[in-house]
Amino acid sequence: MVDQLLDIKDLDVRFSTSEGETRAIRGVSMTLNAREVLGIVGESGSGKSVTALAVMGLLAKNAEVTGSIRLGERELLGLKDRQMSSIRGLSIAMIFQDPLTSLNPVYSVGWQVEEAIAAHQDLSDEKCRAEAIRLLDLVGIPRAEDRIDDYPHEFSGGMRQRVVIAIAMANNPQIILADEPTTALDVTVQAQVLEALKVAIDESHASLVLITHDLGVVAGLASRVIVMYAGRIVEIGTADEVFYSPAMPYTHGLLGSIPRVDDDGGARLRQIPGSPPSMIGTKPGCPFAPRCPLRQDICLTEEPDLQSVSSSMGSEPHQAACHFAVDVVSMPVASMFPDSSDDPEELPE
Amino acid sequence: MTNPPIEVPETSANIVSADGMDFEARGQWAMVLRRFLHNGQAMTGLVGFTVMLLVSGVYTALYPNQFSQLSTSYNQGPSAAHIFGTNGIGIDMLAQILKGILQDLQVAVLVAAMSVVIGTLVGAFAGYYGGKIDNLLMRFVDLVLVIPVLVVLIMLAHIVAQQADNWFYLAIIIGALSWTYIARLVRAEFLSLRERDFVEASRALGASDWRIISRHMIPNAIGPIIVNATITVAGAIVLEATLSYLGLGIQPPAVSLGLLIEQGQSAATTEYWLFVYPAAFLLALIVSVFFIGDGLRAALDPRKNRVRS
Repeated sequence: MVDQLLDIKDLDVRFSTSEGETRAIRGVSMTLNAREVLGIVGESGSGKSVTALAVMGLLAKNAEVTGSIRLGERELLGLKDRQMSSIRGLSIAMIFQDPLTSLNPVYSVGWQVEEAIAAHQDLSDEKCRAEAIRLLDLVGIPRAEDRIDDYPHEFSGGMRQRVVIAIAMANNPQIILADEPTTALDVTVQAQVLEALKVAIDESHASLVLITHDLGVVAGLASRVIVMYAGRIVEIGTADEVFYSPAMPYTHGLLGSIPRVDDDGGARLRQIPGSPPSMIGTKPGCPFAPRCPLRQDICLTEEPDLQSVSSSMGSEPHQAACHFAVDVVSMPVASMFPDSSDDPEELPE
Repeated sequence: MTNPPIEVPETSANIVSADGMDFEARGQWAMVLRRFLHNGQAMTGLVGFTVMLLVSGVYTALYPNQFSQLSTSYNQGPSAAHIFGTNGIGIDMLAQILKGILQDLQVAVLVAAMSVVIGTLVGAFAGYYGGKIDNLLMRFVDLVLVIPVLVVLIMLAHIVAQQADNWFYLAIIIGALSWTYIARLVRAEFLSLRERDFVEASRALGASDWRIISRHMIPNAIGPIIVNATITVAGAIVLEATLSYLGLGIQPPAVSLGLLIEQGQSAATTEYWLFVYPAAFLLALIVSVFFIGDGLRAALDPRKNRVRS
């Protein structure tokens, strides 16, 4: 029996806006086990960040959240803001996308790390500072002792993100939610930041939820991967299953749109035509159907549920939300999408 | 590390220093101070203000009663004994002017302190919480904003004027009515600050609303607050002078520059020293405070953060 740290069931998030109700998350269920790295991928607007913010209780006030989010034995939905404050940072820490703006410009980085420590631990000033230096050193800030009194603007983007990681691990949280932690960074710096993230989860024995649209980042770290589209989970499985035998055309599309090291070199990238659907109002059928090359009549009328595509030996079977998941899983990756040498503007109608 | 020293571009503030290279650690406040000290106009204001404050402070401490000391030299023009002359009942104008400067500053500082505290709190809560709280607080601000200070003071004049230390009541009334500008300014700052990621990040760390407001957002809005505090100081001096000129402000035997101007204006063409010197000092005081405020505004402007020696 694997320890389930976080158990999300039938999570629904709706935002009431002037244009109508937006269903940002529709019936998402997932679990996070102790000491695992879970990748959540999907393009912008697929509901990845909203899921993380819902767990933190940081959604905007016009959000209506239903379902269940359990941290261990404790139900997080419905907790008062004050009660959530004692969980934020201590049990669940979050790393935001842009390290340039997620540090307060008027305080030194040391002050900010110390603040995070002091928020949940009762330590003397000297011990706090020593701990801050230790954390900054761990995440790879060179000469941490000298640089602790520097201000964020004196740090590079990668170093700032490492400071953010140090802040996240300050209280040895059980879960670290990293929302696109490398998106704002250079590719070369990304690797260093991912390394720092690895150190952070090893050191604090935390589970990591890695939210990103960069499949390469997920491939290197995650043991399990969730693919989200239009507010739903459309595929879930181990990293190997999702990367080598994707069972959802959308996952094929994502994989086809990134360059591969093991490619023969000449292959062109294939893009997914069209753009994600608007989340306002509900339309029948599979939300990916308008962009899907395998679309059949049933796709336009019935929304598929997650179904198992293989009898996995793991605790959780490889699942995908596609009427033809069993067929898709045996297709070569991304072969169903048109080569981008074709007119990319043309949408198959 | 054995890297040879690298040529470093002068403009970037985001350099990761390699071993063997020392960058002067320069915090935000050190840079602000540096820019302020290099601003000629601001330094003129600061020096002028400091000199006026020191001279009046020291003089008033040494001769505490000189400003009401009668003598037999009535209506004397400037001379070696009375460099700014004397008035109709033989009081030394210099002593009165110096006492008046202190009195004006007393009023102005109290007004500014009240404005900053009330304005920052109201603006911060309105901007941070938004929605109904924002609406409620800002409509209250609008209400206060349309109350004319002069009318209130005229209504309360017979009460305020009779108090012994009436500068205090005067300052309280002015302060209670002049915090609205800072409130609106802080609200606007908070509206943009609350969308910044570091606010969200501190909330994700478990920080309470009050902690986010007081430790994270107010320090980020402190520049405009300080600048507006200096403008409030200048405004309060002008307002006090106006009120005293109308006979609604500081009452004799206390003196203020506005009161001196009022007493001297009828003689402005014949005994010019009764009018010109207090007016000149009032002008100098206001201008120096404005220069300081403008210098602070320039020094706190984050877009000039890249200044290097």
